Amino acid sequence: MKIAVLSGKGGTGKTTISTNLAKAMGWNYVDCDVEEPNGFIFLNPKVIKTEQVSIPVPEIDPSKCIGCQKCVNICQFNALAWANKDVLLFDKLCHGCGACSLVCGYGAISEVDREIGHIDVGNDEQITCMRGTLNIGEPMAVPIIRDLKKMIGNEKTIIDCSPGSTCSVVAAIEGVDYAVLVTEPTAFGLHDLKIAIELVRTMNIPFGIIINRGSHEKDLIEEHCEKEKINIIGKVMFDKDVAVLYSKGKLLVEHEKYKELFLHIGKKVEGEIACSLL
Amino acid sequence: MQLVVISGKGGTGKTTVAASFAYLNKESIKVDCDVDASNLNIVLQGENIASSQFIGAKIAKIDKNKCIECGKCSEVCRFGAIKNNKIIELKCEGCAACKAVCPVDAITLEDEVTGETIITKTDAGILSRAEMVVGAEGSGKLVTEVRKNAMEYRKNNELMILDGTPGIGCAVMASITGCDVALIVIEPTQSGLNDFKRILSLIDHFGVKPLACINKYDINEDMTLEIQKYCENESVEVLGKIPFDPIVQKAVNELKPVICYEDSIAGKEIKNIWENIYKKYKEGIL
Ligand code: SF4
Ligand code: SF4
Ligand code: SF4
Ligand code: SF4
Repeated sequence: MKIAVLSGKGGTGKTTISTNLAKAMGWNYVDCDVEEPNGFIFLNPKVIKTEQVSIPVPEIDPSKCIGCQKCVNICQFNALAWANKDVLLFDKLCHGCGACSLVCGYGAISEVDREIGHIDVGNDEQITCMRGTLNIGEPMAVPIIRDLKKMIGNEKTIIDCSPGSTCSVVAAIEGVDYAVLVTEPTAFGLHDLKIAIELVRTMNIPFGIIINRGSHEKDLIEEHCEKEKINIIGKVMFDKDVAVLYSKGKLLVEHEKYKELFLHIGKKVEGEIACSLL
Repeated sequence: MQLVVISGKGGTGKTTVAASFAYLNKESIKVDCDVDASNLNIVLQGENIASSQFIGAKIAKIDKNKCIECGKCSEVCRFGAIKNNKIIELKCEGCAACKAVCPVDAITLEDEVTGETIITKTDAGILSRAEMVVGAEGSGKLVTEVRKNAMEYRKNNELMILDGTPGIGCAVMASITGCDVALIVIEPTQSGLNDFKRILSLIDHFGVKPLACINKYDINEDMTLEIQKYCENESVEVLGKIPFDPIVQKAVNELKPVICYEDSIAGKEIKNIWENIYKKYKEGIL
């Protein structure tokens, strides 16, 4: 069972919600925000295994290459170029799709692994935690997210996604059972939330909303959700204590009041998933 | 000079700073590189004076009438984008591997619109931005296009102020390359420090001069000190420390740059930071 936590944008409290939910409910935690994986700061698991993530890139054997340039022409990402009677590879642009080796009729292309990041697997007292980290200077996050997703088992797992609604988020939420959209009650928050809603709707994923930094008054997110008939599954009030705990890298559920809140939200999520399976 | 305001992660107050800078220097050309969730226009508002569709990717299409259902295409697709001889568009990277193996030429690659680029005329000058199609690929390319559009409006080598993208991936790289200076907005938190270290090495990688400011510094003064020390070691000048200020929230809700609020202590500090940068720019240090 996979539950994704996403937000239109960074800074809405996505990592706060996912780490605390995981901890309160005993769900496994996977940090798919591979550009800025910060969940481990709060959960602080003991890392027991680290694996490299690589993508296959072409290697050209000049003694076999006859210079037909078929490979250069098929590459859709401009990763190959013809220069000085040689095929040049710009490895950062390569998606590892294999099209070039498919078209080379002379067996001049073989593939070698190129490391673009790594995955850490760790244990907290009760839960398994994983995170992917993209190497600095590498543009492509999706292969790491795909590898991470392959490592998730059948246990309830919470997936912390990257901010926004790009291809990285698509890769992270693909195939999940439920999505939690975290937002803030501001005009920015609503704007970004609408984008996130469009994304989960396009992908046919059942979802609910958590309002972070909320107040006791009815806010513009609630108004929007009412109009659009979207479920709000939880609200975390604006509280300077939260910001202070966060800045120290502490979990909120260490405090009784928040533990109850997150248990409550978690049960709601479980209920929602059960309903969506009916 | 091209100045990009950047932060490892969203929500650090980057747009608050960038929007204020935009107001403080109205002649400058503004660029919103956050094509995924552009917000600068929500603060600056204004009127759209130009827009065009952007084709940033390709996508495979199978001609059902030609397809003999041999399954070769799904065999070679490394992205799991073909199932039962049908293309799953969200997964297709447009790599053409399937096209290369199809024995009956049933597959074509078609242009995919990945976003719309927009020029908005605001009270604070020209703003170049984009709205990306939800879930689209290649946000880096779209950022490059947004920057190119901005250049067209740059008549007299005006200053350019870029609101950067969060993260360290392709879109961020596209917003940093070719800039002269990057102002990194840092939050005094453990994650803020981590994000800062990552973004700093990326900025170094591209040979851009880094400057720093700490936002909401008084939320955790120990961490602020740690960040200042780190900056000192790395020879990154800290131009200012913005205090926590409830007026910022008010400004966000009222959709106005915080420097427009005279009694805002955060606004005052942002103004100082700007004047500091501008002075250095005039003196030719930046
Ligand atoms: S397709 Fe093969 S033979 Fe042709 S240029 Fe590329 S590597 Fe050389
Ligand atoms: S594997 Fe694909 S992306 Fe990489 S060089 Fe070959 S054709 Fe281009
Ligand atoms: S273009 Fe590439 S990614 Fe798309 S379906 Fe064909 S092989 Fe798969
Ligand atoms: S390779 Fe061509 S003919 Fe074969 S299943 Fe794919 S589209 Fe159809």
